[in-house]
Formats: sequence, C-alpha cells, structure tokens
Amino acid sequence: MPITINGSPVPIPSDPRVSLLDLLREELHLSGTKKGCNQGACGACTVLVDGERIVSCLALAVQYDGRKVTTIEGLADGNGLHPLQAAFIEHDGFQCGYCTPGQICSAVAMAGEIARGMPSHVTGELDSGTITLTRDEVRERMSGNLCRCGAHNGIVDAILEVYGTADARVLEAAE
Amino acid sequence: MTPFSFNRATDRDQALTLATRGARFLGGGTNLVDLMRETVERPAALADVTGLSREISETPDGGLMIGAAVTNSALAAHAAVRTRYPVLSRAILAGASAQIRNMATVGGNLLQRTRCTHFYDVEGSRCNKRQPGQGCDARGGFNRIHAILGASDACVATHPSDMCVALAALDALVHLASASGTRTLSLTELHRLPGDQPQIDTVLEPGELITAVELPASALAAHSTYRKVRDRASYAFSLISVAAAIEVEDGRIEDVRLALGGVAHKPWRATRAEESLRGQPASLDTFRAAAEAELAAAVPLSENGFKIELAKRTITAVLAELAGVDA
Repeated sequence: MPITINGSPVPIPSDPRVSLLDLLREELHLSGTKKGCNQGACGACTVLVDGERIVSCLALAVQYDGRKVTTIEGLADGNGLHPLQAAFIEHDGFQCGYCTPGQICSAVAMAGEIARGMPSHVTGELDSGTITLTRDEVRERMSGNLCRCGAHNGIVDAILEVYGTADARVLEAAE
Repeated sequence: MTPFSFNRATDRDQALTLATRGARFLGGGTNLVDLMRETVERPAALADVTGLSREISETPDGGLMIGAAVTNSALAAHAAVRTRYPVLSRAILAGASAQIRNMATVGGNLLQRTRCTHFYDVEGSRCNKRQPGQGCDARGGFNRIHAILGASDACVATHPSDMCVALAALDALVHLASASGTRTLSLTELHRLPGDQPQIDTVLEPGELITAVELPASALAAHSTYRKVRDRASYAFSLISVAAAIEVEDGRIEDVRLALGGVAHKPWRATRAEESLRGQPASLDTFRAAAEAELAAAVPLSENGFKIELAKRTITAVLAELAGVDA
C-alpha cells in the first residue's frame, strides 16, 4: 500500500533504509520538513501521521505504508497561511526559520492532544479530563522542538494566541 | 546504515518465524533505527511487530494487560492507568518528547539500550557493551548519567527508561513468546546487571518476543507518583528518578513500593529501603534512614558522586510528598 502524503499516494521506497524524512526531502522534494540532528533530538523533522506528531528522521518509510502523512506543505490552504503560520509571523516565532516547519506541525498536533485531554509532565491532576493551556504546558509539550535562535518566547506566544483559551490568556495577563 | 531486509509481521507466529531466521524485532524505531544509523547495531533483517498486540484490556483479577505494541502515548493517556496507576502515566510523560512517545512502543521501551555516550561513539571510544573485551572508556570518561549501584569493572552504563522504573515499582509482569512456547517474568527479572557480560542487557533468549506487560491489581498503586531529576526541565535522561507508592495508616507505613531510575544497569527495585520502611512511623527520619539503607552500597564514579546524595534526598522528598509529611 502506498503512503498518502499531503493527499497524494506515494509508493513505498524499495530500500528499507530510507527514512520518511529522506523520502520527503530527497525523493519528493518536499523540503519544508527539515533535517536537523537526524537522531530524534531536535524535532526539526516533525510531521503528522494520521494527525499525530512524530519525528520523521527515526521513521523508516516502509513502516508507514497505508498511513496519511501531512507535512508543512500540506497545512496551508492554497496560498492562504495556516492560522499558526500567521501567528508565528506576528509574534516573531522564528529568526532563521529552520526549526519552524517542525514547530508548527508539532503545535498543530499538540492542539489535538489538548482537545483529547492528554495530560503532560506538568499537568497537575492526571484525571481531570480538561487541560488549561498555560505557558508552562506549552513549553513542556513543545520541548521536543528545539530553536537554536532562541525564539521560544515568540513561539509560545504564537501558539497561545491560536490555541490558548480565554482562561489561559487571563492567567497570562496576570503573570 | 548497513543494508537489511524488512518484513512486517502480521501475526505472532510469523514474527517468531522471522526471528528464528535471524530477524530483529522492530517497534517504533526510536532507539533501534538511531543505533543502526550510528552502526552500533547492524541487524541483517528486521521484523516489524508494531501491528501486533495493540490493546490494553482488563484482566480477570482486576489488573491491566498491555499489548507490547501499545505506544507510550496511548499507555500514558489510558484512563485506567491515569486513575489506578498514576506513577506509570507520570513516568512515561517524564520521558522523551511527545513525538517520540507517539512512536515508541511498550516492548521497545523495555528493550531500549543505554544512552552512554561511549556506547554510541563507535569511532572514538572503547565499550565492552558494544564490543565485548574492548574496555570501558566511560569509567574514566563522561559518566555523569552513569551507574552508582550494581556496576562492574566492565560496564557502568545505566538503563535509560522511565517507564520501566514505574513498572518495577508496580510488580509488573512481562509476557514472552518464542518458538518453544510462552513464559512470564517479573519486570525486575527481565534486565540484568552487567557483570562481565555487559553486552547482554536482558535475560531474553534469542528470538524471544515480548508480547505484553501485565499490571497486577493494586490498591497501593492508586496512591503513587514519579519524580525525575535531570539536567533540563524537560526532554532529558534522568540523573535520578524515583517511583513510589505508599499506604500509611494511623501514622504507620502499612505498605510501600519503591524503585529508582538512573542508578543502575537495570530499573532498580529498592527492596532494602522497602524493608526498612514497613511498619515504621511515616516520618522524614524514617524516609531518610530507608534511603541511606538503599544507597549504602553505592559507589561513585569520577563525575557522578553527587548522585548518591541526590538519590537519598529525592527518595525522602517523594515519600514525604506521598505520605503527606512536611519536608
């Protein structure tokens, strides 16, 4: 079965050594997804598989047959920016931009995790069912995406603008 | 990466057959693929077992049976785990990143290999775990995250898992299958101390497959937690971690479970501390004495002597938090 990448079927590579990341960049020329450390430590290669975030550098493409992959190129609606892309620009959520596609894919999936009530390391009550997206929650949940320019504060601001609840913004203002 | 053949196992029998022909089992790939890229591991064949046993189900005696291919994220998020075994959710959520937890499986987490930098450094370091008999550059090298308990002259590496520390405290069982049948081990029996064969991490036979992890019913476990001390606030391997569950009645410790991470070649069930705690008054002095008893045999390396006191303080603090004793 092919992999569906941004809506288009793509055949599985014949060499099982090909990572999902290299399939995207080297064979499909979808160069939005970035290769940072190539060892699962930086998050620059984050993509969505069936809506869940993974690091594509540690993913052998052959393991993902039949799955739906979305990259940064698949998030925008035509020429219109994804709301998170617009917010990253608004809040200076990047300088060099290398980590940005991974940051944005990661944050999109994070919003889904929040909506499902998935707790994090900093969530106080594990079984409360609802998560308030505070600054600490965003920082913990986005800790798998490194930014060497140090734009993390802008990144957190952008994410809170798009996905933060009104309650969380009040908390923010009070801090 | 050395070339290899790849097969996706559609059922257990096929996976075991592939293994008898020499295939290594592949879960989410977050550790094995990385090690293959670094040429630390060079399997000639992989059998993808992520399609097998992805369920979490109730057992007849009130515990949980967790399929080996369940992802770390799915296990941490499971409602019964969050309410009945919070130490396990907490431990998993303290490990790795969200992306990696989404990929990594329970079976793979149990079998992940050490994060000793000398083990990874194929070109520049000697390592008895990677190449038996070569020597150990960690003993006099970078050993900040290394063992203080149960190490040997040959190896001072630690097991990196957070999840396994919680499982050790929860008396978890590991279900195994091989071409010759099935068997069940205690999680604390699965991993071994390095001795003079540090290249062997576990007691698994060649070709033996982890099929499930079982959590026994436990009233104690609902009152449990996990604390991880590390160099960064998030996304770092532990220096010291503590998994604990405690039951206090009328100020006395009725029952307790305690396990440590970041201290040894295996998840470390703190049986000496547990023995010294049972029946004693729940107080800071009791907790500290238990920690002293457990760490009495600790041996520091050149860069990690701080971990002995750190372990004692973390044990004391976690027990005080769970027991409601002011630290």
